[in-house]
Amino acid sequence: MTPVLACEGVVKRFGTHTVLRSVDLVVGEHEVVTLIGASGSGKSSLLRCINLLETVDDGVIRLDGEDITDPRIDADGVRRRIGVVFQAYNLFPHMSVLDNVTLAPRLVGKLSKADAVERAMALLSRVGLADKAGEFPDRLSGGQQQRVAIVRALAGEPRLLLLDEVTSALDPELVGEVLGLIRELKEQGMTIVMATHEMSFARQAADRVVFLDAGVVCEEGPPSQVLGEPTEPRTRQFLARVLESGRL
Amino acid sequence: MTVPAEVFPVLGDGGPSAVQQSRDDYRRRRNRRSTGVASLSTAVVLVVAVAGVALSPGWPRTRALFLDWGLAKDSLPSILSGLWLNVQVLLVSAVLIVVVGLLLAGLRTLRGPVWFPVRALAAAYTDFFRGMPLIILLYLVGFGVPGLQLQGVPTSEVVLGTLALVLTYSAYVSEVFRAGIESVHPSQRAAARSLGLTYGQTMRRVVLPQAVRRVLPPLLNDLVALQKDVGLISVLGAVDAVRSAQIASDAAFNYTPYLVAGLLFVALAVPTIRVADWFSLRAVRRQQASGAL
Repeated sequence: MTPVLACEGVVKRFGTHTVLRSVDLVVGEHEVVTLIGASGSGKSSLLRCINLLETVDDGVIRLDGEDITDPRIDADGVRRRIGVVFQAYNLFPHMSVLDNVTLAPRLVGKLSKADAVERAMALLSRVGLADKAGEFPDRLSGGQQQRVAIVRALAGEPRLLLLDEVTSALDPELVGEVLGLIRELKEQGMTIVMATHEMSFARQAADRVVFLDAGVVCEEGPPSQVLGEPTEPRTRQFLARVLESGRL
Repeated sequence: MTVPAEVFPVLGDGGPSAVQQSRDDYRRRRNRRSTGVASLSTAVVLVVAVAGVALSPGWPRTRALFLDWGLAKDSLPSILSGLWLNVQVLLVSAVLIVVVGLLLAGLRTLRGPVWFPVRALAAAYTDFFRGMPLIILLYLVGFGVPGLQLQGVPTSEVVLGTLALVLTYSAYVSEVFRAGIESVHPSQRAAARSLGLTYGQTMRRVVLPQAVRRVLPPLLNDLVALQKDVGLISVLGAVDAVRSAQIASDAAFNYTPYLVAGLLFVALAVPTIRVADWFSLRAVRRQQASGAL
């Protein structure tokens, strides 16, 4: 079966600085893969390359077998098939929650207003935010904003969901509600690639953990193996530092 | 450490504490003093200014030349009808300026090497028309364009004056719009593009609405400036408020009609200035919800 996502030898440079040296990563349908690694290891850059927010400098990225790094590809069409949630939510501050969620389905998915609203309200109720549909983002807590951002990404019915440190900007007591929602999405069979510092979540919810170090995949495997009995010295070092900071 | 009860009594128990009362008293005293000083100094300045003018050796003659009440009343109807022309020019040019300004700002913010010629042309336009004095541009457009004697090209001084105003002001306004567009954080574009929106959809639905809200106060400021600059079309011979005042003034060898026209322009500008102030204040309040400074 064709994997949903396949990265082959992906290289990304910013000026003279090489962020991704040669990344290989395969994500199958319904799989939840967490990317771990220190700040600057290339997690966010990889996600931005997959979503075509950055152009790769070498290598190939395939979505459902199709080479999306081909410059002739319809980039807007590819982005439509991929949902992204950012660390800082990036909700549109001048639109209500409902408009944030319905904007893309109406403009891009060509849904009628009534259909888009119906779908948005169904999704918002699922995450317990139906009563906030008329509010503007700055009236919501961080956890609520991030759940709206996830709903906004889901409203386009993406093939693949990219989550870029979605809990890093949240107060500790709000992290749980967002992680709970992601766990629910996993149970519904969503294919997810998630950059995270939440090791305990990676351990419980991920099918596979990928440790990125200095722009390459240093080690990957089931969470129990990568987080429990890492074989690479760099992985051990990283996990020891995380343990020190009390995140594990 | 326990706080002595007489300094800091139980809160919500019979009004403010002694500390708060003494602070309130101090602030009241200081406010009274400041108000007193400000009122007194204003009065002194006014008295000195009025006395200085009224006691000057040329005052009787100046008053006769600039403050002729009868002439003011006689010239008012023609100046008012001239002002109506200014208002019409103002409305038409304001709309055109916003449209052209937005277009230029959009062109200047296009990304990628393909658009370099377009960006460069738009930049050259804003450089040129921001640098060119409006009065010279009025002469060039107003007398130069009809001089070409091309068929179908308007020769009306009102139309050509409006064109010159649009050329100059759209260059200024486009820079205001551009500053607004560039003040919207790139993460907003990233979020919109990630949802599959095209560049155009992202600009129209996400970037511009936020940008325009931010630059409304400076835009209204430019509108205030435009309101009086519409009077400059009189140099082309258009019979607007300034030109009507000039005609009345020449006929009577008296400057009073100019003062009448000037005051009418001020009266026209005041509502816009108040609206602009209100928008600026609202923007400041939104950004700094609290704080003592």
